[in-house]
Amino acid sequence: MIPIIVVLLYLAAIAVIGGIAFRRSRENSEDFFLASRSVGSMFFFLSIFATNMTAFAILGSSGQAYRQGIGIFGLMASSSCLVIPLTIFFIGARLWAIGKRHGHQTQVAFFRDRWECSHIGTLIFILTIVMLLPYMIVSLIGGGTVLRDISEGRISYPLGCAIVGIVVTLNVFLGGMRGTVWVNVLQTIMFLLFGAVALFVISSALPGGFAEPIQKIAANDKTRFLLTRERMPPQYFWSYTFIPLSSIMFPHMAIMCFSARRLVAFKRTVVLYPLAILAIWLPCVFLGVLGHPALPDLKPTQADGVLLHMLTKYAPAWLAGLLGAGIISAVMGSDTHQVLGASTMFTKDIFVHYGGPERFGEKASVILGRVFILVLTGFAYWVALISTSSIFDLAVRFAFSGFAAMAPVMIAALFWKRSTKWGALAATLWVGATLALTWYAQHISDATAPKPGQPAVAIFPAFGPWLERNTASVLVHGYLPVVPMVLGSALWVILFSLLTPPPSRATLEKYFGAAQASAQSTTAASAAA
Amino acid sequence: MKKFWLFVLIAVVYALHQDLWNWRSADPLVFGFLPIGLAYHAAYAVAASIVMAILVHTAWPSHLEEPEADASPSNTNEPAP
Repeated sequence: MIPIIVVLLYLAAIAVIGGIAFRRSRENSEDFFLASRSVGSMFFFLSIFATNMTAFAILGSSGQAYRQGIGIFGLMASSSCLVIPLTIFFIGARLWAIGKRHGHQTQVAFFRDRWECSHIGTLIFILTIVMLLPYMIVSLIGGGTVLRDISEGRISYPLGCAIVGIVVTLNVFLGGMRGTVWVNVLQTIMFLLFGAVALFVISSALPGGFAEPIQKIAANDKTRFLLTRERMPPQYFWSYTFIPLSSIMFPHMAIMCFSARRLVAFKRTVVLYPLAILAIWLPCVFLGVLGHPALPDLKPTQADGVLLHMLTKYAPAWLAGLLGAGIISAVMGSDTHQVLGASTMFTKDIFVHYGGPERFGEKASVILGRVFILVLTGFAYWVALISTSSIFDLAVRFAFSGFAAMAPVMIAALFWKRSTKWGALAATLWVGATLALTWYAQHISDATAPKPGQPAVAIFPAFGPWLERNTASVLVHGYLPVVPMVLGSALWVILFSLLTPPPSRATLEKYFGAAQASAQSTTAASAAA
Repeated sequence: MKKFWLFVLIAVVYALHQDLWNWRSADPLVFGFLPIGLAYHAAYAVAASIVMAILVHTAWPSHLEEPEADASPSNTNEPAP
């Protein structure tokens, strides 16, 4: 009973914070969606980190480590330690400057203005929402599952989903970006503390400390692979370094970049980000591996609960409560931003772009944003009740590949003045088409997927190793689909941009300055001649 | 020239992520319990933070914060608060 009381107190605190943020708010859309671009340096770091961390960082990482071993840390965490801060440094900081200078509040608004287009922006909006929605549903499913498990069934799964959904909605509906950021500060501190505390408590309780269970794992032929990467093909491992490119392309991450008060906020963020990932992932992965000798009989489907089981076994009840609050923090930290991000995009990229404020007034933007939050969370709740999580888990993995493959579009918009809307369109269509094809290949190969530890098998014998299936994923010549998706996207942007006329000189001057725009015009004229 | 060496640094650190030499062995166990493959990537995370600190120190895009004379918000549709 103690754990659930701790969690419910924490949820109540979040709802109250949303209420306080509401009292501080002003009734204009930039304040509601971006906290008037006033987020300070430390809050910015804590909030953007919470935006990007989901329950997977705690439960999924330990579960995967239980199944696949220490390689999970290099596969999913350490690659992010380099790539995500680099994207925040090179892309996030420039998005901030462009937003501040030209008033943009979403990526699509920037693309439309940068490439003088309207409907292509709408297409990017649709693709973005389609990729984001499963992520929100998975967050609700995760929240409901955790509340049910922590309360040992006293809180049913539908009620758990409803509690998480209502608290998220209250926080975002009332507080907007300001409420979300305030809560994120609390959330990040909670789950940063969680890893260290869990590691300390479990190590104190384990007979023989850490060394003895590790020796046991190493001495057992069936578990020795958990301490190495012998079952993890190097191409597969390398493919995963492309996935963190998705981070900055998630709309809630990009929108978060617009909210900083000053550019210096990014300085602290990019330096501390890798250390924060280390602080969460290392204890969780290590404890997941240690779970093998402690809890050898967990089924693959139960592995994500390994940390919960270990804490129940080795830690006092109050710590299980802290764990529950930490996990719920991770769920809600990203969920609040996803809901707010989707609402911002709908309001700005559809309602405002197609003339809503002229007809209904500026205040209607904020009202519509809030109504959208209610509708979206209600829809996500309904889907969470009628579906199983596996289909959405898969969709989320696809979404990461899709957002990563959109990164070349953003890079072209920011750094390559010769890029055009047709290049962006070609890349967007490529991303949509490859996602659909990968989904199809995954679907038809489910029945023939090899078991863990077995080699990948060809999906179509005629294609040989060009299209294979391992236990979890489709592979393209041994690499994850994200590799050809990103490279193809870059290729299409380059090719179609070179074949089509660049944006007007005025637009190039707006984004690259007069000197560079002039050089571009000269080059384009020479090429035409 | 400075830009070139910073790109080389990033490329080298990115390449070091693929530590094939640690792939099949858990030994040595760092501190007596941390498999080398895990200890290496924990150190890699610290190295990534150092790389970012170097980038911040030597290549910070401070020009982005300078206001432009002709800058005018074009897409806000905001009334005065």
